[in-house]
Amino acid sequence: MKAFTRETSTVVTIPGVNCDTDQIIPGRFIKADRAQGYGQFLFHDIRRSETGELDPAFPLNRPAAAAATILLVEDNFGCGSSREGAVYALVDHGIRALIGPSFGDIFYNNALKNGLVPVRLPEADCQRLVQHLAAFPDAEVTVDLATGELILPADLGRHPIVMNDFARDCILRGLDEIEMTFTYLEQIEAFEKARIGSHAWLDR
Amino acid sequence: MAQASAPRTMLGKIWDAHEILRHPSGPSLLYIDRDMIHEGSFHAFADLKRRGLMPRRPKQIFGVADHYVPTRGRALADAASPAIATMIETFDANMEWGGLRHFGLKSREQGIVHVVAPEQGITLPGLTIVCSDSHTSTQGALGAIAFGIGQSENAHVLATQTLWQVRPKTMRVTIDGVLPQGITAKDVMLFLIGTIGAGGAGGHAIEFAGQAVRNMSIEARLTLCNMSIEAAARLGMVAPDEITFDYVRGRTFAPSEQEWDVALSQWREVPSDADAEFDREVHIDGSKIAPMVTWGTSPEDAVAIDGRVPEPASFEGEEKRKAAARSLEYMDLAPGTPLDGLKIDRVFIGSCTNSRIEDLRSAAAILKGRKSVVPAIIVPGSTEVKAQAEAEGLARTFQEAGFEWRDSGCSMCAALNGDFVNPGERCASTSNRNFVGRQGPGARTHLVSPAMAAAAAITGRLTDVRRI
Ligand code: SF4
Repeated sequence: MKAFTRETSTVVTIPGVNCDTDQIIPGRFIKADRAQGYGQFLFHDIRRSETGELDPAFPLNRPAAAAATILLVEDNFGCGSSREGAVYALVDHGIRALIGPSFGDIFYNNALKNGLVPVRLPEADCQRLVQHLAAFPDAEVTVDLATGELILPADLGRHPIVMNDFARDCILRGLDEIEMTFTYLEQIEAFEKARIGSHAWLDR
Repeated sequence: MAQASAPRTMLGKIWDAHEILRHPSGPSLLYIDRDMIHEGSFHAFADLKRRGLMPRRPKQIFGVADHYVPTRGRALADAASPAIATMIETFDANMEWGGLRHFGLKSREQGIVHVVAPEQGITLPGLTIVCSDSHTSTQGALGAIAFGIGQSENAHVLATQTLWQVRPKTMRVTIDGVLPQGITAKDVMLFLIGTIGAGGAGGHAIEFAGQAVRNMSIEARLTLCNMSIEAAARLGMVAPDEITFDYVRGRTFAPSEQEWDVALSQWREVPSDADAEFDREVHIDGSKIAPMVTWGTSPEDAVAIDGRVPEPASFEGEEKRKAAARSLEYMDLAPGTPLDGLKIDRVFIGSCTNSRIEDLRSAAAILKGRKSVVPAIIVPGSTEVKAQAEAEGLARTFQEAGFEWRDSGCSMCAALNGDFVNPGERCASTSNRNFVGRQGPGARTHLVSPAMAAAAAITGRLTDVRRI
């Protein structure tokens, strides 16, 4: 996982409450090998016309969006299917952080495992940011995971990034979770022995 | 000591019994009893291979081919495209590589993972169960912690048989009263999601309780828990009781007769203590629920069949109004249109929500002696359900009604296997998601119960099943 400490970028607003993972990456693309890059599939069907051309009106397709690494999204972003391809598509496109009122649970966890930082920001603050960006599209936002702060432009303030310390630490250090878990192997094995001992049917 | 004897919820009890340790920074390292694998898990296997690791506890991992399998036959050559056939072959290859038990295309235990796991006794009360699929919540119906994970987490489970998890908050949904005739668990869930919203249970584990739930069969409870993810819940669960124990007994991977009494005494401890406290409580009067149908592109867009397509202006908040307007455009519906009588083009009965034997019985009861006037397919939830439906004569009823009787799989629920709804077509579907493009690009989905889907097939319109 790529470590994340601090990211400053302009912001692209993705409209739509309950933006499910089928919108982030349609099911027909999730067969693809990761090696071929998932960025090309990001928001495929809502970003393109039926014939496959990029729709110039979709926010991510505007020339100014090319350099942005932070997206502002609406409520319940990433709900629906658990497909981690949704996170791969965002990451491979170059997105490093998301700001929104709430995220689908599985999507949120998937994001953390891939070094993509989802920042929960209260709805009212999100609205203020939307309005600000409408007037100042070049405004920049900083996601500072090291200090645990989201720094919004102008007078929109600084907001705490609420994330459990465990996940935060893993991302800050780009830690490999499986390797880290193996450091607890002794406890796992002892637990497992007792568990299987009292639930023999699990071991058939 | 006082701590240990404090009343606990079912979630709390199962969680505590699986917590290997708690990290000082918050999450628990949970022991995972069962990991279910399907074709989409190839990323996790690639990760393991890259690391030079093998699955650590092969006996606790089960594979089922479901998302990509053809439903028009059981040969690899029946797959809709070479790329889809490759998904099934890769699945088999990964399972063999890992030394994992799996139910492939031709296996008689094959089916949709969340139908198969309870059916085979893999799902049991008091267990922790994961699967890289959001509808793993289904399996909580037997009184287990069962939740969906992504592929990174799946690789973690395969490698360690554990998972780092933050304990969810708890929400009890009590469904009081007796459900009226013809009202199913599907209607209850569409009603609930319509009430609390698609994000309404975010961060929570739902425990379903109340008279209506106690009266439900396991099949119905599975439907209930299945849809809890559509309210953004982390998982859904129902306390195990005699109905659960009767269901489990004798199934392939359930405790044997010799082990039964030990298992039973463990399982009786699983339900929430009488005075356990939940972070949230929601009450629903089950006796007031009508047959439900969705009009939009989120499961929260649900109304009673005698209702109308709402005005976007009637929603609170700019975002909701915009979302409703976008939904109506996609669904090609005008505000104020009555749902009852809306013309449809196709019917799909299947998916892990509604493809168990009871679902098929309730559809057959409507279809008996009648004819579908639109193209319609029935895809049983498992090969065993298929065999049972054939033995009971339900298959004949469906075929005589003009339905296609298919082999088991996810099929038109997610349109990954080549079964899909054509662009612009309106489908009455017993699946769980009416998202834009879910059943195929441009497909318009109306979520309903199996009986409602059957009623829609014979009239070619969304129809109040209570009239049939
Ligand atoms: S039937 Fe549908 S919801 Fe269920 S596991 Fe298959 S694709 Fe997912």
